[in-house]
Amino acid sequence: MPVATAEDIKLVQRLREGDEAAFAALVDRHGASMLRLAMNYVSSRAVAEEVVQETWLAVLEGLGRFEGRSSLKTWIFRILMNRAMSRGQREHRSVPFSSLFDPSSEAAEPAVDPDRFLAGAWASPPHRWEGVPEDRLVSKETLAQIQMAIESLRPAQREVITLRDVAGWSSSEVCNVLGISETNQRVLLHRARTKVRRALETYLDERA
Amino acid sequence: MNALRRFWRRIRSPSPLPCRDLVEYITDYLEGTLPAEERARVDQHLAGCDGCTTYLEQMRETIALTGRLGAEQIPAHLRQELLTAFQGWKQG
Repeated sequence: MPVATAEDIKLVQRLREGDEAAFAALVDRHGASMLRLAMNYVSSRAVAEEVVQETWLAVLEGLGRFEGRSSLKTWIFRILMNRAMSRGQREHRSVPFSSLFDPSSEAAEPAVDPDRFLAGAWASPPHRWEGVPEDRLVSKETLAQIQMAIESLRPAQREVITLRDVAGWSSSEVCNVLGISETNQRVLLHRARTKVRRALETYLDERA
Repeated sequence: MNALRRFWRRIRSPSPLPCRDLVEYITDYLEGTLPAEERARVDQHLAGCDGCTTYLEQMRETIALTGRLGAEQIPAHLRQELLTAFQGWKQG
């Protein structure tokens, strides 16, 4: 479990002293991920921005109580998650936390359409993306396809892929903030990634 | 008898891994959480299977492309509001 680093402690000290540059750097590091995560729970971008603002105020108010038992990042994002979820619940958008992250509450889905296999082996194998021009692969349209695929995921899958692959967190950080086991995290990540891959494949194949 | 023979074969030599099963192991493989023996089975399969090798490459590409969404910055107006709030907190 990641606990606060010496750097975290120093940063908290600087914030307590009112160091605006330190605050700005922290906002730049985490702000976009916080907004993205909050949007998973509430009805609009405007509400998500409010949640981010409330979170930072709560962080500032709570600095004196920060004991370093978790990393600063984990601490900030737990506050964010709690606020986003209670806001979402008031908007009747969120489902209870426990059922949200239990993959066994979801039907098992194969990563690849079973029709593409014959006796267990590829009958219709995937095509290499090497032939796709680099500027098309990383185009706004392609990234928009990924964005859409992520938005259409079930909330728990969306949460995990957002933190792991968009924000670049480690699995232990994600487990910590979401309060889920490594196994659950991996199942959710697997389902999320395979659906995003499938969406990309459909998109890239049909325009090849 | 056949069942017994199949059982022996399974525990003596690694049984071939069907492509259909490999794609379900991909995340565990990439996360490095497969037991050594299972990992070896996956590596062995990949060495002789173009379809699964392409699938693995696509998965890596998917992860890399998804990561590009993270380059997004916090909106300037929100950043400014937060800095203003910080100044207010400092004085309060």
